[in-house]
Amino acid sequence: MSKVYIALQDNEESHYIVEAIEEDNPDVTVIYQPAMIRIECEGHMVIKRETVEEKMGRDWEIPALHVNLITLGGNVDEDDDQLSLTWNN
Amino acid sequence: MTIEIKTATLEPIRNTFEHTRRRFGDKPASRYQEASYDIAPENNFHYRPMWQPDKLLNDTSRTAVVMEDWYAFRDPRQYYYGTYVQARAKLQEVTENNYAFFDKRGLGDRLSEEVKAKVVRCLIPLRHMELGANMNNVLCSAYGTSTVLTQAFLYNGMDRLGIAQYLSRIGLLLDGNSAEVLTKAKDHWMTDPAWQGLRRYTENTLVVEDWYEVFIAQDVVLDTLVYDLMYRQFDQAITEEGGSDLAMLIEFMQEWHKDTSRWVDATLKSTVAESDHNKELIGRWVAEWREKAVADLAPLAEIAVGDDAVNACTEALNQRLAKAGL
Amino acid sequence: MSNKKLNMKDKYRLLTRDLEWEFSYRDRKEIFPQEDFEGIKITDWSKWEDPFRLTMDSYWKYQAEKEKKLYAIFDAFSQNNGQQNVTDARYVNAIKLFLTGVSPLEYQAYSGFAHVGRQFGGVGARVACQMQSLDELRHVQTQIHAMSHYNKHFDGFQDFAHMHDRVWYLSVPKSFFDDARSAGPFEFMVAIGFSFEYVLTNLLFVPFMSGAAYNGDMATVTFGFSAQSDEARHMTLGLEIIKFLLEQHEDNVPIVQRWINKWLWRGYRVLTLVAMMMDYMLPNKVMSWQESFEVYFEEAASSLFKDLARYGIEMPPYAADAIAEKEHLSHQAWSIFYNYGHAAAFHTWMPTAQEMDWLSEKYPNTFDKYYRPRFEKWREMEEAGERYYNPTLPMLCQTCQIPMGFTDMENPTMTSYRQSVYDGERYNFCSNGCKDIFDHEPEKYVQSWMPVHQIFQGNCGGPEMEDVLGDYYRINLGVDNLDFKGSPDEARWNGWHNLQSAEDKLKKAS
Repeated sequence: MSKVYIALQDNEESHYIVEAIEEDNPDVTVIYQPAMIRIECEGHMVIKRETVEEKMGRDWEIPALHVNLITLGGNVDEDDDQLSLTWNN
Repeated sequence: MTIEIKTATLEPIRNTFEHTRRRFGDKPASRYQEASYDIAPENNFHYRPMWQPDKLLNDTSRTAVVMEDWYAFRDPRQYYYGTYVQARAKLQEVTENNYAFFDKRGLGDRLSEEVKAKVVRCLIPLRHMELGANMNNVLCSAYGTSTVLTQAFLYNGMDRLGIAQYLSRIGLLLDGNSAEVLTKAKDHWMTDPAWQGLRRYTENTLVVEDWYEVFIAQDVVLDTLVYDLMYRQFDQAITEEGGSDLAMLIEFMQEWHKDTSRWVDATLKSTVAESDHNKELIGRWVAEWREKAVADLAPLAEIAVGDDAVNACTEALNQRLAKAGL
Repeated sequence: MSNKKLNMKDKYRLLTRDLEWEFSYRDRKEIFPQEDFEGIKITDWSKWEDPFRLTMDSYWKYQAEKEKKLYAIFDAFSQNNGQQNVTDARYVNAIKLFLTGVSPLEYQAYSGFAHVGRQFGGVGARVACQMQSLDELRHVQTQIHAMSHYNKHFDGFQDFAHMHDRVWYLSVPKSFFDDARSAGPFEFMVAIGFSFEYVLTNLLFVPFMSGAAYNGDMATVTFGFSAQSDEARHMTLGLEIIKFLLEQHEDNVPIVQRWINKWLWRGYRVLTLVAMMMDYMLPNKVMSWQESFEVYFEEAASSLFKDLARYGIEMPPYAADAIAEKEHLSHQAWSIFYNYGHAAAFHTWMPTAQEMDWLSEKYPNTFDKYYRPRFEKWREMEEAGERYYNPTLPMLCQTCQIPMGFTDMENPTMTSYRQSVYDGERYNFCSNGCKDIFDHEPEKYVQSWMPVHQIFQGNCGGPEMEDVLGDYYRINLGVDNLDFKGSPDEARWNGWHNLQSAEDKLKKAS
């Protein structure tokens, strides 16, 4: 299985997003590097709007993810409720 | 280390980049200047474009207009990317509130069937013309010379996409998101005799190769006529027919046109003032496209506003051209 | 009226895709004249999957938010003279190379995406490319603004656009992008959208920017990561164009495969500059070139190509050559620049003893065996007051335009050397990749503006090196170039920090 990954700028908002990702994807590995956080997972990962909202305690839209996003790997599927990354191998 | 020494050693060794020093003198340059002037590649291109082997990658001969210095232009708004998106975001926020208010208060329901039908027939089909304007301005950005011009063309191109999307949203506000209005409006664009002139004009602009001529045909001639017709005269006509709430949905277009006109006017004026060659050439383009545009727009003007409407917008165009020295 | 809620996909379709209409007053081919000449077959543009469904209102909103944050940091950086806080002044040379070598590529990307953003026949693809064009304009402008303050306190930033069009080593990145822009619109997308943006830019932006953070460069890390936040969209577009082309027609597969082969190699060669920036120009090291190459190229590309295998696309044959070079690349590149340090608009230096130990540790198979002896010799010469500069002009690879300094991986002490003859002329190459690229389109690559040939032909200001470097390149000789030791940059830095230069220390000691 190939690893999908996402990297976020290391800041307050990202910490909530990372928390949400960890909750929705129990198998992820979180790696802290200077100024950035890299999160990787075998095969598939999903970021859910609802979970992020719950962590932040306010409304949050999926496109707002792009403000803190550094890079990603995998096929992206984005809709109103979630953004997922997948490798089909 | 004392504070005095620290300030002395931290004195800048130069005020700005060389490209801005050469052009504007040895003093701190604005962000607009540093990021707009003389930053495009100009020399020593490695390969001829396979899609146009008779030209260089960046080539001033993609228009018949001649400028001794293509950086003689200045965007009066001084838009670089950062100031551009922030200006648009501000306008967008107001617009978003207007659309939300219109929706929440059910203002669409207060419009009479006649007014609604008129909006669907006369206003919403413009979204397709705006897509053409998007393509035309992006063409000018891709093949034009000098960042002071090409960046403004790209901003304009993206604005047009944004306006096409706002017009589509007006359609969705009127039919509760069923998209019937958009389908109907597209039928008007495709088959309604009142729209065929404008559609033909738009398709004709899309095959013009000289980018400055595209600018004339689209941003100078057609836009001046259409924006005066729809966002001034039609707005008034609809208000008189009880559709004043529409105003809050087209405020973006009105504000945008005011903003962009400052740049269009400045660009036109500088080019015309450069030489008799440019003046004569642009005068010819203006005359040709104006004649077509006025004829093509007349049927729409008549149903949207009335008999005299097309003369009123021609007058607006003529005033504008006179300001530029044409 | 009760409103149906529209989801993102439907909304995007109505607000963007549905704007298109069937032309009837003009022929489609007149409006999109460049769609056919590359041999790519598009049967149905409506099958284009929008990689991200961004409408202009959200674009303005989120981008404005990013810009507001970014410029607040630029302002704070210059108000607080943040340039004093970088690890040491040698670091700044990495960002000089960035502004002169990379930022102008962002400009080229802006032009290139505007071009395809007009030429593609499908509105979905056009709009995605237009947004990328606008983003790329953002990147070049924010980079200029980030560097604007450094330019006021260090030498070598001041004439980046002029230099990019002329200086010998900047011809490497410039020719790369000229190559892509001069190709047809589909090849451009495979070159830049896919090969460069999807596969290679992570190597440039992610570890290097993390390195900038680790070296106290707040301005660079901020623009770097802020630019990357657009990159995620660009990467998604790069992958979508590949899938779209492969799904449209089976005849596209071999064309796309050849482009991928070509452009991954071409882009990888440009990243040679990044390899040496990471290993030699960052005083505080985050990871070595080899390590970042393994994470961001080997691992990421193998996942990607496994995913593309279902279309019949394979890992390019030259990937093996790139992998074989990973333990050598940065050392060879730095050697070249150290040799020609008098002809560069930034400073070079020999690594300190401690830095050499780090290199030995990170490159246990190669550094001590092949590079340390040479470097120690150069350091000795320098200490003896005879800093080595190579007085000859190098031979360049006809394709990538890098001086012929790479070695044969089978025998790492031998220079790798390939040749082709075209139209009675002999051309030289550094690698199989570069030779094959030339052999496939010799009529294109014979056009290259080769900096060394141009000097010999008298097209660069005059016969003397001073004419070329000073008048034509506009390098301030004795200021921008030569070794970091003894440079005005070093003297100013020492002034800010009350440090003595190494030379003064030596003098005092004796």
